Amino acid sequence: MTTVDDLAGHFGPYGGRFVPEALIGALEELDAARIKAQTDSTFLEELAQLHRTYSGRPSIITEAKRFAEHAGGARIILKREDLNHTGSHKINNVLGQALLTKRMGKKRIIAETGAGQHGVASATAAALMGLECVVYMGEEDTKRQALNVARMKLLGAEVVPVTSGSRTLKDAINEAMRDWVTNVETTHYLLGTVAGPHPFPSMVRDFHKIIGEEAREQVLELTGRLPDAVLACVGGGSNAIGIFHRFISDTDVRLIGLEAAGDGVETGRHAATITGGSPGVLHGNRTYVLQDENGQTIESHSISAGLDYPGVGPEHAYLHDIGRAEYRAVTDAEAMHAFALLCQTEGIIPAIETAHALAGALQVGNELGKDAIILINLSGRGDKDVQTAAQYFGIPL
Amino acid sequence: MTTPLDDLFVKVRAENRAALIAYIPAGFPSIDGCKKVIQAFVDGGVDAIEIGFPYSDPVMDGPTIQAAADTSLAQGTGAQDVFDALKAATDAGVAAVVMTYWNPIEKYGVEKFAQSIADNGGSGVITPDLTIEESSSWKQAVEKSGINPIYVVAPSTSASRLPQVTSRCGGFVYAASLMGVTGTRATVSSGAPDLVARIRTTTDLPIAVGLGVSTREQVKAVAGYADGVIVGSAFINALLNAPNEESGIAAVRTLASELALGVREGR
Repeated sequence: MTTVDDLAGHFGPYGGRFVPEALIGALEELDAARIKAQTDSTFLEELAQLHRTYSGRPSIITEAKRFAEHAGGARIILKREDLNHTGSHKINNVLGQALLTKRMGKKRIIAETGAGQHGVASATAAALMGLECVVYMGEEDTKRQALNVARMKLLGAEVVPVTSGSRTLKDAINEAMRDWVTNVETTHYLLGTVAGPHPFPSMVRDFHKIIGEEAREQVLELTGRLPDAVLACVGGGSNAIGIFHRFISDTDVRLIGLEAAGDGVETGRHAATITGGSPGVLHGNRTYVLQDENGQTIESHSISAGLDYPGVGPEHAYLHDIGRAEYRAVTDAEAMHAFALLCQTEGIIPAIETAHALAGALQVGNELGKDAIILINLSGRGDKDVQTAAQYFGIPL
Repeated sequence: MTTPLDDLFVKVRAENRAALIAYIPAGFPSIDGCKKVIQAFVDGGVDAIEIGFPYSDPVMDGPTIQAAADTSLAQGTGAQDVFDALKAATDAGVAAVVMTYWNPIEKYGVEKFAQSIADNGGSGVITPDLTIEESSSWKQAVEKSGINPIYVVAPSTSASRLPQVTSRCGGFVYAASLMGVTGTRATVSSGAPDLVARIRTTTDLPIAVGLGVSTREQVKAVAGYADGVIVGSAFINALLNAPNEESGIAAVRTLASELALGVREGR
């Protein structure tokens, strides 16, 4: 079994293109460029070399034995995307799209960012390839991720604080779309997740699927068999689709996405789009959306800026509906408990986004018991979250 | 069967002029104030009114219309308020359409939405983020309810795609004058006449130009080559800049009557 998007980018009823007509030309140009690149050995070799010599692929796996004692004794294996250059999986997609930008003859990239990881990765790729870079970031997020704002500026990017709407990731995407509509001839919108209009969900997945391809081989080599479950946190869903995709046809492997429940899904203050939302259209594609009875987007809430998004990638919506993947919600408190636990049992400070997947592993490990093997995408490192975590745990700064 | 919008374009063609189409979001500057703005449009000589369905994520709109949408949404404007505003416009004797992003239509129910437009005397709906590829359910709904589906075409729309989009349109074709979002600009894009000429080779439908048109001079220039001129942000600025609602509405009336002269001076 596999999920194949049709030529118009549909995953069952989800995906597609809901955008101003002005963008259609650029989306078609991008689709043509990425399809051509998929079979172009020069492009593929260039990207593979960047992976090897710049971002540090393949990323290793680490067995988390002391953490596993808290997860029912199941074997816990971490796919260490946190060790990539720039500190998260985001670099995989960014390098691919930056190469495509050059191929399309464009000199300027724009990006949205929530936690700042995608913004930092975009600024990095722009510096490496000599592209102008503007990053849109919700004003609220520029405050809680001040360190990443400074990183982007050091890398030569312009960071534009977005003051419209809820001043978070969704509004940063709106502002990036407005920039793109205006400057589409010279500018590529380097979208950072598996959402947005076609071809973004398919293209971004294809740049991240290397995570699951590597991890599947690595787990087989280490344990002699496939894992029982693969876990990843889900905001827009790029790291999750990256590690899930190679396992979709392995029907005995459970795929579990962990959404951000914030204060709890029942409180309404959450970002668990599949768990607590309904089908609708947001940011160019049909998917699950947090929305009210008039179709207005409801603001999401999460301690994790990178998961604080009221939509989700359309392929996840489809994997949910057909029952191939499960989606659970993890509260801020559960995530921060798992965050501290990984720090203190393994000496690894994870991103707060990633901590949601770790919290899921504590649940799933206890459900599956000690014979189980659980693979977790450790999608990012927590350096950027030190201030938030210190505040949360009452550590004076 | 024709809509009041179809009839309007027959009339303005006979008068050898362009139609003036004015935009206001439902619920702005207030639920009641919106109805007063509609009356001011009519008193000032506007030919057709576009009622906006305020939306939380308006990617085609610049800061002015975003601000109006935020004000409107803060008052809880919903689908019923949009239909009420539409009815106020049609009751005042002008052709009226709704402009809305797609998600509110999908949430309300596609067929039910089209029927509610018709039931309130509306002529059609402008859908700025509905691509023709995703429009099959909408096509059925508008055919069933007899309203005009109005799509936007852009300067970047390719020659091969242009007839595919315009053949889906009814009432008029919405020509976006420039690559960008809504808002007033010092000059109307020089690309607009070219786009209108390109559209003419694909359809006999009237063509209305929007985006960045705000002054009598600009309206006059656009009326020289287009069948309709759409003005939105300029009216909203008049309301936003006024010290109170009453003087804002008076300013709207004054601006409308000036622009109504503009559509008669173009040819």
